Amino acid sequence: MKKLLTTVAAGAMLASPAFADLMFPDLSYRTGPFAAGGIPFSDGYQDYFTLLNQRDGGIGGVPVRVVECETAYNTERGVECYEATKGDGALVYQPLSTGITYQLIPRATADGIPLHTMGYGRTSAVNGEVFSHVFNYPANYWDAASVMINVLLDENGGSLSGKKITLLYHNSAYGREPIRTLETLAAQHGFTLNLLAVDSPGQEQGNQWLQIRRDRPDYVLFWGWGVMNQVAIQEAINIRYPLENFIGNWWAGADHDVASAGQAAAGYRALNMNRLGDMPVFAEIQQHVIDAGLAAGDGTNLGSVLYTRGMYAAMLAAEAARKAQEIHGVADITPAMMRDGMEALEMTNARMDALGMPGIGPEFAVSCGDHGGTGQAIMTQWNGTEWVTLTDFIAPDDSVTGPLVLEDSAAYAAEAGITPRNCNGS
Amino acid sequence: MFYREAGDFKTSYADDSQTFPIAFDRYRYYAVLAVALGIIPFVITDYWASAILIPFLIYAIAAIGLNILTGYCGQVSLGTGGFMAVGAYTSYKLMTAFPGMDMVTVTLLSGAMTAMVGVMFGLPSLRIKGFYLAVATLAAQFFLVWLFNKVPWFYNYSASGQITAPERLLFGHAVTGPNAEAWVKYLFCLAFVFVLAWVARNLTRGAMGRQWMAIRDMDIAAEIIGVNPLRAKLSAFAVSSFYVGVAGALLFTVYLGAVEVGEAYGIQKSFLVLFMIIIGGLGSLFGSFAGAAFMVLLPVALKVLLVDTMGWDTALATHFQFVIVGGLIMFFLIVEPHGLARLWSLAKEKLRLWPFPH
Repeated sequence: MKKLLTTVAAGAMLASPAFADLMFPDLSYRTGPFAAGGIPFSDGYQDYFTLLNQRDGGIGGVPVRVVECETAYNTERGVECYEATKGDGALVYQPLSTGITYQLIPRATADGIPLHTMGYGRTSAVNGEVFSHVFNYPANYWDAASVMINVLLDENGGSLSGKKITLLYHNSAYGREPIRTLETLAAQHGFTLNLLAVDSPGQEQGNQWLQIRRDRPDYVLFWGWGVMNQVAIQEAINIRYPLENFIGNWWAGADHDVASAGQAAAGYRALNMNRLGDMPVFAEIQQHVIDAGLAAGDGTNLGSVLYTRGMYAAMLAAEAARKAQEIHGVADITPAMMRDGMEALEMTNARMDALGMPGIGPEFAVSCGDHGGTGQAIMTQWNGTEWVTLTDFIAPDDSVTGPLVLEDSAAYAAEAGITPRNCNGS
Repeated sequence: MFYREAGDFKTSYADDSQTFPIAFDRYRYYAVLAVALGIIPFVITDYWASAILIPFLIYAIAAIGLNILTGYCGQVSLGTGGFMAVGAYTSYKLMTAFPGMDMVTVTLLSGAMTAMVGVMFGLPSLRIKGFYLAVATLAAQFFLVWLFNKVPWFYNYSASGQITAPERLLFGHAVTGPNAEAWVKYLFCLAFVFVLAWVARNLTRGAMGRQWMAIRDMDIAAEIIGVNPLRAKLSAFAVSSFYVGVAGALLFTVYLGAVEVGEAYGIQKSFLVLFMIIIGGLGSLFGSFAGAAFMVLLPVALKVLLVDTMGWDTALATHFQFVIVGGLIMFFLIVEPHGLARLWSLAKEKLRLWPFPH
C-alpha cells in the first residue's frame, strides 16, 4: 500500500509539471539593424527565467516556459509572433519595440493579455483607468525627458533660459514620444528646442550633425536605438562636440553603443532605469545557467547594460506572477490573474536584496490608476572603458508629465471608444 | 484527362470569349471560390487570418495594382509603398472625421484618393520612361513618406505620429479594431479581392487593356495606330494606384490596425510588391496571386519548418530564411524568367498533351 502511494505521489509529481507551466513569450530580435540591442536584452530575459527553473523549480513551484519568437523589430512579424503565441497561454508580452507595442495595445487588451512595455511604448499607458492591460513601470519616455531636463537644471543653477537644446531622434513613434514633453518644458524653462529627425535605421546622420555643428547647441538629447547609436557617437566625436553635453536616453547607453569608439567616447552620458555593476544574482546565473550550458546566448553578455535590463524585466514579470499566485491562491495562473498581479506589484528594497539584485531599480508600487511606477532614472557616464553611475535615482517633474498623460490617454479613449474605468471606487 | 478541349463545344461568341474557356479550368476556378467562400470562413483561426490569409489577400490586391501599371502598361514604378500610405492615411482621416461612414465607402474613397495622387505622379511618365521613370516614382515614394511624417494633420496631432484604426462595424460586425473576428476580416478582404480581380481581368481584356499593352510593347507604334499615350498611361496610373491605395488602406485598417508610415510603407514595401509581380509573372493576374502567396507564405512556412518543427534557434532560422528566399528567387528567375505564371501555363500546356506529347 505504501509503495502504491509513493508511486502515485511520484507519478503526480512527475505528471503535474507537464500540465502546468507559466508561459512567457519573448518577442526578441536577434537579426536586423536593431539586433545589437535585442540580443543582450533577450539573453538577460531568458536567462533569468532559466535561473528560476534551475534554482527554484520555477515560480511558486510551477516551471516557466519561455517561447522565443523573432520579430526583427518589424511590426508585421510582431503581429505574426503575437498570433502564433497568444493561444499558448502567454502571460505577458514584452515586445521591446514601440512600433509593435502600438499594434499590440488594442489586440492584447481585447484578448485580455497584459502588456509590459518597460521604459518604451505608449507613455500615456501610465493611466490605468484607460489602459487596463498595459503597464509601463518603472519609467517612461516622458519621465526620461523630464529627468534629463532636471539634471541640466541642476547643472545650470536652476535655470536653462536662453540655452539651446537639440533633440536628435529616431524618426519613428519611439523617437517622437518625448517631443511633447520637451516642448512643454521648453516653454516652462525658457530654452530653445530644436528637433532633428534621423530616418530608420539611422546610419545616415551626416546632415543632422552638420546642423549641430552649425548651431552649436548647448546640449544634444538623444533618442536612438540599434546601429543609430554607434553612428551618432562617432559623428559627435568627428565634429568634436563636447561629449559630456551629449546625453542619450536609456536605449542609447549600452556597452556596444560606445565600445567601437572606445576611449574617444569618454564623457558621453546616458540615462538608465536600472542600476549597473556586479550583483549577487550574476554569480548565480553564471553557476546555474551559463556553466550548465543553458544560456540563451553565448553567455558573454552577462552583466552588460541591456542584459541587466532584460533580467530586470524578467524579474518584474516573475515577481508579478508571484503576486498573482498570492492574490488568487492558484499556482498555475492565467493571463487575467497575471494582470491582477502586475497591478498589485510592489517593489521594495528588501525584496530586491532578497532576489540578489540590491537596488537594481527604484522602489515603486503599481496601482489600478497608476501603471507607470515612479519614473525615476539614474545618470550614467562612459569613462572610456566602462559605464559609471553618476547619480542616485532622480525623480521626474510629475507636474509636467501628469497633465500630458491625462490629455493623451483621454484622446486615445475617445478615439478607441473606451470608457475609462473608475479606480477610486474599487 | 486534364485540360481537354475535346468535347467542349462553344456555341456562342460569349462562350468563346469567356475568361476560362476550358471547362476544367472553369470548374477549378469555381472550386477555389467555393473553398474560399464556403469553407475557409468557418474554419479560420486568428493565426491563419492574421499571419497568412489576410496579408496574402491584401498583397494580392497591391500586386494586381502594380501589375496593371508595370506588367500591362510597361511603366516601372517604385512608388508602391508611398501610394499604399496615401490609401492608409486617407482611410484614417475618413474614419476619424466621419465615424458613421461604412468601411466599404472608406476603402473605396481611399482608393479614389490614391488614384488622384497616382495620376499626379504619373504625369512625368509622358516624358520619361524606363529607369528614369523608376527614379521619378522613387521620388514619389520618399516624398509621400516624408509628407505623412512632417504634417501632423495627417496623424491627428498624436504624440508619436502613429495612426490607429478605430473600431468600425459592417452589418453589425466589427471589421476593424481589436474586436473584429477573423472570419469577418477575411471575408471583407476576400470580397475586395474578388471584385477587384474580376474588374482587373475584364479591364485588361478590353479596349483599355489592349491600349496599355500597345503602349508597353512599343509606345511610338501605339501612338501611330491611334492610341492616345496620355490617356493610356494616365489611366494605367489611375487604375493601378486605385488598387494599390485599396491595398494600403486594408493593410492599415484590417490587418495591422496601427501603423507608422516609415516602417509600414517604406521603400522596402515598394520592393516587396515589385518582387511579387516579378516572381509571379509580369502581365498576368494569376502571377499577382502566385507572387503574393510566394512572398507571404514562404517566410511563415520556413519559420514553422525550421523553428517550430526542427527546433532551430530563432536567429539562425531567420538568417537562413534570407538565404533560402534569396536562393529561391534566383532559382526561379534563372529557370523561368517569366515567373510562376509562366510555369503554371507551361504545366497546363503539358497537361493538355499528356499522355501523348509530341
